[in-house]
Amino acid sequence: MSERVLMKGNEALAEAAILAGCRHFFGYPITPQTELAAYMSKRLPKVGGVFLQAESEIAAINMVQGAAAAGVRAMTSSSSPGISLKTEGISYMCGSNLPCVIVNIQRGGPGLGGIQPSQADYCQAVKAPGHGDLHILVSAPATVQEMVDLAGKAFDLADKYRMPAMILADGMLGQMMEPVVLPGEPAGPLPKKEWAASGHNNGRPKNIINSLYLDPYMLEESIKKRYERYKIIEENESLHENYLADDAEIVLVSYGATSRVAKAAINMARGKGIRAGLLRPLTLYPFPKKAVAEAAKTAKAFISVEMSMGQMVDDIRLACDCSVPVEFFGRTGGVIPNVDEILGFIEKTDRRYK
Amino acid sequence: MKYCYRRDAEGGAPYGKDENYNMKEINARFAGFGGQGILFLSKLVAYCGIIDGREVSTMPSYGPEMRGGTVNSSVRVSDTQIYSPIVDSPELLVVMNLPSYLKFIDTAAPGGTVVIDSSLVSEKTSRTDIDAHYIPATALANENGLQGLANIIMLGKILALTGFTTFETVEKAIKKAVPPSKSHLIEKNIEAVNLGYRM
Repeated sequence: MSERVLMKGNEALAEAAILAGCRHFFGYPITPQTELAAYMSKRLPKVGGVFLQAESEIAAINMVQGAAAAGVRAMTSSSSPGISLKTEGISYMCGSNLPCVIVNIQRGGPGLGGIQPSQADYCQAVKAPGHGDLHILVSAPATVQEMVDLAGKAFDLADKYRMPAMILADGMLGQMMEPVVLPGEPAGPLPKKEWAASGHNNGRPKNIINSLYLDPYMLEESIKKRYERYKIIEENESLHENYLADDAEIVLVSYGATSRVAKAAINMARGKGIRAGLLRPLTLYPFPKKAVAEAAKTAKAFISVEMSMGQMVDDIRLACDCSVPVEFFGRTGGVIPNVDEILGFIEKTDRRYK
Repeated sequence: MKYCYRRDAEGGAPYGKDENYNMKEINARFAGFGGQGILFLSKLVAYCGIIDGREVSTMPSYGPEMRGGTVNSSVRVSDTQIYSPIVDSPELLVVMNLPSYLKFIDTAAPGGTVVIDSSLVSEKTSRTDIDAHYIPATALANENGLQGLANIIMLGKILALTGFTTFETVEKAIKKAVPPSKSHLIEKNIEAVNLGYRM
């Protein structure tokens, strides 16, 4: 096993991206994400890569679009207000079938909001990361190690399905330090992208990267083709962790940093004789619907635990076809729920559905 | 001597350790001015945990400012998986300035240990349910040619009070954490640990 090293979430994610073959980073500073870009600015030039601090978030995402069109692994990172600015570029990349990785180290919103951890961009990431009929892959790490593991996976899946992938983390994961084991060897040569507009000295017919279709029938056709891919993704790419949920009557659904606090509360609830468990989505798109439906068979109630006003609640309801009540506990605006208040809500819910 | 221990409901018996195993867990908050080395102290404690093969996490409070202001950090070292990295009621609290003392003294867990830099905090706590230690760390550092190492004196004191690791591990952690450009400071750091340990 490789050495365990102590790393900040933001820095570990940056290193993992480099190990996954990313050599092109475009970004613009924003708390609590800045260490990621700062790490890239130090490391990328040493490995023959390009770090560019753009004049704005909008410029950065469009630089990513250009780099991705040329066939390289490209990445940008930001925090909530900055991600809102990137949505136009994300939509264009979806429309052009371009892979890339976008990192959102979420902070409180709306507007400039605050700089403390939040998960209030769930709906933006999962439902409408840009205009038009589209999806992007969304994964949600809960540890610094998962920041590393899911970063590599995001690049692979983005390339595989030719679409943007987002890592939806938060200020807590970005700022905290934990031991991580980095992938030992840098990734080998990446699969060639035959579709890339990469220059060819007239050696092949030209590749066109485009999201403009003036003929509505052609546009509809291209969207339908993309939705066939989304169907395959929803079938095959959802990931979740099941923590004591098999026999659980009260099933918490929580992702990212919040799920860590939820786990501690579940342990305490179990200590008090409450059959509580956790379903933790590691992918938010695709949402682990089957796992939720499975848990609904034994659950008396779900509790969605989030750092938002309950943006994930409806997805849980849909996944279990409203067969089980879905309660919500959350804090928002940058407030991190503590173990005791989650435990209190578990106890209350347990009494209510006894 | 009091130890930091993990609350029963969250923990469990250390795995793979023999019955003589007595390294204590850390659920701590360190707080002070920016520049006092609060984050470096957190990092050193975490390094110790990693060297000992344990689970660790540190979580700094963060603000928009580049430097100055107050800083605090949650630090956990455990033999089992760490869930929340945030320590709301620390079993070990180290405060190195008055604002931090005022902000955090009431959060210390009953039965917990508090270490206060008495060079910078003149107040004394009226709480009787905590084990408070007043160490003039900043003055000690200045008197002993260890300027800027009050945080490391505190590390020595933490080691003495908690027994969360061994002296050898602390030495290794310092060698690991001090950047090569400052390697001449390693000896001074170890001296500071010794000084704090004896206080």
